[in-house]
Amino acid sequence: MKKNLVPLIVLAALAAFPLVVEHNYYLHLMILFLMWVVIGSAWNLIAGYTGQVSFGDAAFFGSGAYAAGLLSHHLQLSAWWGLAIGGFVAVAVGMPFGWICFRMRGAYFALATLALNEVLRHSAAIAEGFTGGMVGILIMPTFVSKVPYYYVALALAAASMISIQWIVHAKPGYYFVSIREDQDAAESLGIDTHYYKMLSLAIAAFWTGVAGSLYMNYMGFIDPDVVFSLHDISIMAILVGIVGGVGTVYGPAVGAFIMVTVQELFRSGFFGLFEYLGRATGSAAVESMAKTITGAHVLGFGILVVVVILVLPNGIVGDWPKIRSAFSRNKIAA
Amino acid sequence: MDVFLQTLVAGVLKGGLYALIGIGMTLIMGVMGIINLAHGQLMMVAMYITYVLHLAGVDPYISLFVAMPGLFLIGCLIQHYLLNPLLKVETILPENQVLMTVGIGMVLTEVVRFIFKSDYKSVSTGYSNATFFLGDISFSVALVISFFIAIAFTVAMFFFLIKTDIGRSIRATAQDKDAAVLMGVNTGRITIVTFGLGSALVAAAGSLLAPVFYVFPDIGGPFTARAFIITILGGLGSTVGAIFGGVTLGLAESFGATYISMDYENIIGMTIFVLVLLFLPGGFKRLTKV
Amino acid sequence: MAFFQVEKLVKYFGGLAAVNGVSFQVEKGEILGLIGPNGSGKTTTFNMISGYHRPTSGRVVFKGGEIHQLPTHRICKLGIGRTFQVVKPLGRMSVLDNVIAAAYSRAGSPREARGLALETIRFCGMDAVKDQLAKSLPIAGRKRLEIARAMATKPELLLLDETAAGLNPTELLDAIDLIKKIRENGTTIIIIEHIMHVIMTISDRIHAINFGQTIGEGTPQEVAQNKAVIEAYLGTDYA
Repeated sequence: MKKNLVPLIVLAALAAFPLVVEHNYYLHLMILFLMWVVIGSAWNLIAGYTGQVSFGDAAFFGSGAYAAGLLSHHLQLSAWWGLAIGGFVAVAVGMPFGWICFRMRGAYFALATLALNEVLRHSAAIAEGFTGGMVGILIMPTFVSKVPYYYVALALAAASMISIQWIVHAKPGYYFVSIREDQDAAESLGIDTHYYKMLSLAIAAFWTGVAGSLYMNYMGFIDPDVVFSLHDISIMAILVGIVGGVGTVYGPAVGAFIMVTVQELFRSGFFGLFEYLGRATGSAAVESMAKTITGAHVLGFGILVVVVILVLPNGIVGDWPKIRSAFSRNKIAA
Repeated sequence: MDVFLQTLVAGVLKGGLYALIGIGMTLIMGVMGIINLAHGQLMMVAMYITYVLHLAGVDPYISLFVAMPGLFLIGCLIQHYLLNPLLKVETILPENQVLMTVGIGMVLTEVVRFIFKSDYKSVSTGYSNATFFLGDISFSVALVISFFIAIAFTVAMFFFLIKTDIGRSIRATAQDKDAAVLMGVNTGRITIVTFGLGSALVAAAGSLLAPVFYVFPDIGGPFTARAFIITILGGLGSTVGAIFGGVTLGLAESFGATYISMDYENIIGMTIFVLVLLFLPGGFKRLTKV
Repeated sequence: MAFFQVEKLVKYFGGLAAVNGVSFQVEKGEILGLIGPNGSGKTTTFNMISGYHRPTSGRVVFKGGEIHQLPTHRICKLGIGRTFQVVKPLGRMSVLDNVIAAAYSRAGSPREARGLALETIRFCGMDAVKDQLAKSLPIAGRKRLEIARAMATKPELLLLDETAAGLNPTELLDAIDLIKKIRENGTTIIIIEHIMHVIMTISDRIHAINFGQTIGEGTPQEVAQNKAVIEAYLGTDYA
């Protein structure tokens, strides 16, 4: 049981977090972090373990979010029901595409997820009567306090990580990695590669959809550009997956922590640093500069994609030996 | 009937330019085996080059000869410094080159936005809105000129690929990289030249489209989508397929806008993509082979 | 009804016939050698048997059932294992994990899979390297891993595609020993091999093909004296 000790301590610490920190701002960031743990773990399962990169995770995320939103919008059901069915809606959306694309080699699946997301985004915008179009969907949040949301997010993060971890160490996990390593060899070992790719996609889509439903419940507002966003959801999911470590168990958690921090750094203008500089110097130039930098989060993401792929292709967890040796070499040199 | 013919003409003219975009993409696909998801963004950069030169009073058809070498250079640099090094990177991450092109596309878009802001710019020339009539069918002067220039480039490209040494090396690398290496082809350099050429071709399309489209940073994304739809439609890596794919997409968009709704323009391409995956995996290329 | 047979197998790639009407039978417990010059269609035949290629025409029959329309993984489940001429190790998995992945085709539980994998690894003499990453193995190790993986799927018929190529003389002897051991285990084998003394020593019968067509069949002695076979290998001057 010793190897489970560290995760248990982390889980206990996370469970105690709202008792210690009552500041809403930090709770908000932690909820986002936990949500991204769910999405990152799911992306990591299909891309990192199974080797089928999804470029359109927002398709699943958005499907889950809209499932919850539409339930509440049309049927006056609590959006929490969405948490139960959002994942399945995402699976239903993803399966036909997987079924077609997984028969072919190459980048088809990656492109198809990208295309799927575009179709859904435009459809959600056009079908005004059903989805509210670009106006989006607004629901009344159930709770005023952030604490209940925090615990729901924590439960989902824990459940997604444990379930994916369990699958990875069981028969499907061996099959997923075999498919990633060599599809022909996998087939010769009796592995129905098409079926297992579908299975991996189903699990990944499910958890991503659940995360989308959580987002709807927590934020209380969605529109097509928010939940089907290429940059803020699909690319973010990829970054969470690779910054932490592709094909590692804890990589997505590390990645989610770093990426939520980075996202918040940009959004808040480096926690108000630039705003402060602008006011302190009283210079219009500095102020406009500060605004530009705050608005440059997509540029930041783009640069991050390029640099991470080039320098840390296996993420912080995966490339940890490389990072450590780089630092120790520096020490020797010094 | 007139509406039909008008739609047909508009579709074919647009399709000629799409073919140019598709050929650039398919060249890169053939040699590198990857889909370049920064293709539309490279075109967008060419459009801005055209726009800046336009401000200085240069005609778009002249600035073509600045944008093409410019983008050739940018393409070469991208391949040399960002894509080729990935061949040596040990990683579990699949499709890391494709992902890299996504990152490059984002950086290009945002850098342009940084410089020019998100405003819509127009490269309006005397002929931007000019039309002439054949019977009852109107022809946009700018699109007609662009169409013929696009055809000229396409033909030139074929001659280049078939007649020149570099062209032959490119085709050899596309067919079998290992065999090409054994025949003494410097495939590293060929990939660089190919990415440069692909970028230059899409740059030509950008300059040609600048007078008829608004220019803004986010125009890249939809054109990247068109480029990959064309490539999938034509069959990955097939140059002739890209021409058919381009014209097909041009026609589909044109007819969709006329007979269904302008709203659905963005979905039409994606629908084609799905239909091709369903019924013709492998694209038009499949039809020509037994 | 033979244990295994292919009947008038034909495969066209584009307009070219890679295999053009090959038929042979294998009895249970037998080792059949499949020989022929490079490009004669041996590996294509294997690929059709194991479901990687659909035959243009012809049949593959295993234990009385047609299998040439089945997907590869189903054929494996039916009891036909294979190795690849160009080895396909699951590179970033350990040797043990490679074999466990294969063992899951027969095992219900993780414990059973692990047990079967360890047993197979011992049988193939790979105990010492079982925790190494597959991609770190030298070529002899990779060839052996191909066999171990195939054996973990408990095949009744094993297709060996040039498992002796690229080995040094000592490794070659080890490989021959292993193949003999597998046969003593009751597994039927079809083997493609270029190294003549290997195929001549271990095969019960040999089937020779050239340009996708059968040019001779018989015991090793018979085939060694077959004029068409000698021609195919050495040219008409020697025949």
